Amino acid sequence: MTEEIDAGFVARQIAESDMLSEPAPDRHEVGAARRRKEDARLITGRTQWTDNIQLPGMLYVAFLRSPMAHARITRVDTSAALHHPGIVAAFSGRDFAGEQGSLPCVWPVTEDIVMPDHPPMAVDEVRYVGEAVACVIATDRYKASDALEAIEIDYEPLPAVLDMTEALKEGSPKVHEAGNRSFVWKFAQGDIDAAFRDAPVVVERTFVQQRLIPTAMEPRAVVAQTDGDSFTLHSSTQVPHILRIMLAQVTGIPEHKLRVVAPDVGGGFGSKLQVTAEEVLLLLLARRLGKPVKWTESRSEGNLTVHHGRDQLQRISLAADAEGHIRGLRVDLLADMGAYLMLVTPGIPILGAFMYNGIYKMDAYDFTCTGVFTTKMPTDAYRGAGRPEATFAIERLMDELAAELSLDPIEVRRRNWIAHEEFPYTTIAGMTYDSGNYEAATDKALALFGYDKLRAEQADRRDRGDPVQLGIGVSTFTEMCGLAPSRVLGSLSYGAGGWEHASVRMLPTGKVEVITGTSPHGQGHETAWSQIVADALSVPFDDVSVLHGDTAISHKGMDTYGSRSLVVGGVAVLQACDKVKEKARHIAAHMLEASADDIEFAGGSFKVRGTESGRTIQEVALAAFAAHDLPQGVEPSLDSDATFDPDNFSFPHGTHLCAVEVDTETGGTKIRLYVAVDDVGKVVNPMIVEGQVHGGLAQGIAQALFEEAVYDAEGNLLTTTMADYLLPSASDLPDFVTDRTETPATSNPLGVKGVGEAGTIASTPAVVNAIVDALRPYGVNDVTMPCSPERVWRAVQGGTS
Amino acid sequence: MTRITVTVDGVTYQEEVEPRLLLVHLLRDRLGKTGTPIGCDTGNCGACTVMMDGVSVKSCSVLAVQADGEDVLTIEGLSAGGPWHPMQQAFHEEHALQCGYCTPGMIMAAIDLLKDDPDPSEDAIREGLEGNLCRCTGYCNIVRAVRRGAQSMSAQEVTAS
Repeated sequence: MTEEIDAGFVARQIAESDMLSEPAPDRHEVGAARRRKEDARLITGRTQWTDNIQLPGMLYVAFLRSPMAHARITRVDTSAALHHPGIVAAFSGRDFAGEQGSLPCVWPVTEDIVMPDHPPMAVDEVRYVGEAVACVIATDRYKASDALEAIEIDYEPLPAVLDMTEALKEGSPKVHEAGNRSFVWKFAQGDIDAAFRDAPVVVERTFVQQRLIPTAMEPRAVVAQTDGDSFTLHSSTQVPHILRIMLAQVTGIPEHKLRVVAPDVGGGFGSKLQVTAEEVLLLLLARRLGKPVKWTESRSEGNLTVHHGRDQLQRISLAADAEGHIRGLRVDLLADMGAYLMLVTPGIPILGAFMYNGIYKMDAYDFTCTGVFTTKMPTDAYRGAGRPEATFAIERLMDELAAELSLDPIEVRRRNWIAHEEFPYTTIAGMTYDSGNYEAATDKALALFGYDKLRAEQADRRDRGDPVQLGIGVSTFTEMCGLAPSRVLGSLSYGAGGWEHASVRMLPTGKVEVITGTSPHGQGHETAWSQIVADALSVPFDDVSVLHGDTAISHKGMDTYGSRSLVVGGVAVLQACDKVKEKARHIAAHMLEASADDIEFAGGSFKVRGTESGRTIQEVALAAFAAHDLPQGVEPSLDSDATFDPDNFSFPHGTHLCAVEVDTETGGTKIRLYVAVDDVGKVVNPMIVEGQVHGGLAQGIAQALFEEAVYDAEGNLLTTTMADYLLPSASDLPDFVTDRTETPATSNPLGVKGVGEAGTIASTPAVVNAIVDALRPYGVNDVTMPCSPERVWRAVQGGTS
Repeated sequence: MTRITVTVDGVTYQEEVEPRLLLVHLLRDRLGKTGTPIGCDTGNCGACTVMMDGVSVKSCSVLAVQADGEDVLTIEGLSAGGPWHPMQQAFHEEHALQCGYCTPGMIMAAIDLLKDDPDPSEDAIREGLEGNLCRCTGYCNIVRAVRRGAQSMSAQEVTAS
């Protein structure tokens, strides 16, 4: 082998010293439950969290935050803080008024949207409890916190605005001068009046999507530094690329002078898809002080000021014929924006607009969403982002329709869903579902669940008047993933495209570096992308390393959210591999003295068709590196980039069934069995997929049963610690039964659909449907989330609707 | 300032500390033991769990001065340089972590749990880990990992004896 490569000294040494890798032609990595490459550092405590960073001369920042929901700032005096030991500087919003700009919102969903100025540090007025009003910079974090007490601020209280319905009334106190209505966004298809006129069945409900706190386990942290010319910002973010361009816009630091790094990031769930006040201010502080600065939030600070999720009031009505076929669906939504519009705040409920019809066929659909300002923390993306709310509403309503007609909830769904032979199917909301098989997923779920047996037990408990009743909840959901086709984003007034980028570098030793524009924070991209590359290039899984999350390395990307990474970013990786092979084919042809047209790639080698003589891809990489003998005009590199922009979203779906025991005497609920059958298309790593489903289920179930951000009548957040905001522990959740069906996506070459949000989207209605189902004999037809024992008990007592 | 002597992962340190300094800040900011993260500040999440004289504690709820004279073991000392501890291996095998932020604390709590109950049932594991929160995994694979870890650890003990 060695002599055959005209390689030069270094290349010859590589070849002779066994450094040159060999192909791995017989393994099929895609589809294998590969253990994760990420784990080694995570289980041994060698992870690089942002808060781990310590730099020489580093200063610590602490923020003073508004104790008022709404007030005018009449006086600020930071001078006393400077007398505290170790204090380097103290600033208020006024000190940065000229340079701090306004935090960006990139999704103006309507032409006439009210998009108020959003100063990172409040200057004249505060509009939610927790809004930053001043900061202290000190030599350690304890001293910084101490000195906050010395800052004097006088507030003139203004009325809090907390209830969306009240906020829209004439004469309501205003959050912003322009009023409390940010936008009204409408969508209509079909003749909705005709659908409802003389409809034999109309089901109307109002559902409350309570406000949630995303609660990634890693609190946010930011480190900013400058050498006087360029800046580096480390942040616990899931969007380093978006952050870089947005921070350049806000601060005026030129894009090429700003490097953003997302080191290891401890979860996001949408909460780190943001451009935050702290990120902007730390850059400005680094610039002003010329020293590296660090800020790490406390959990209470995080509960107050990491954007919240959900918080919608859903008024929804459905018209059906006497057999339960849906005729039309009307959705009137109030969406709480909070005090300001943050990065994609207004777009979140709009993403849901395309999902209220779920997997069902209907003649007419009418959707209106009003974005409302209140004096609370702004809302924005939280796992599912608009789709969980929509799915909850339609899936709750399907159970209500079934109850109205005394039909089994599975049967009423069967009568309405898109049959597998009808794909591709363009829905009433204008989405083209490329593939799916709702029958197959449902049949599998019913079998795993033992549906008939549990229904029999339910009947028996009802007959016996058992104080512990059994309820069965159904959720046959779909979602739109793979955000997103750029042209669709454009039509929705979104501020950027939805493509993703990848680079594949062949190193001289045949090892492979993959640079991805996705920015994982727990999803396992290093493992999954390695599997894709291993198969595409027939190289060993361990020969691939995946780099990400640093704009100096991964210069181009759209980051990780919306179950997009595999569906868009994974495809970009695959396409970059294709380009590597195409480049290599020409060099291999030259090495084999054959025509490139006669070269095929099989088993990790380029061979002359019909012969056994060939060159491995690693040999070709080494030859390209040496470049002593390449064909005329061929560049000495196999490295390739690809940017993939999907034509369509992907549409994972599934059937989730939940059995809940409800103690009618205490209101206590216990999930006895949860079965999730998901169809996420082709699967790269079934272990990771199952893990994503598990975690998604936990968060969706938590919305149904446990979590709620609670504000008091003055607009103070009451759930500021993990003692008050109830995250489920291991003892609060059951073991889950998960399985899959596999209907490949037709919209991408991997056939994948995305899995990051499926569990969260599907499970909330499954659980609430089960609780309501258990209590129907008591006249109950809804329980407001979270279905706490008290709420359930009250429902039993009052038959609350 | 108070002078304390504390052994962390086999190394003995003498430090002058403010009486209010939290053990977790001593570990992270002063000793560079950043393997132990902070998740909540209020003792609810358990991400900062370490062993102090063989018993698991939440290091955000322990003052550094309380660790005076104590022997602290963090995730970094669990397998320092050698093969992974069976519980670390089990977490890897069972995919019991995603973002990994809760993992150091979860592993330390799991090892502590097995001291009282070397062969815990699923329910016992769920109850026993109640003080450690994970936002990614839904706990299924953590439960499986603790059972696997328990089996490996008891097998190791049998081999050792």
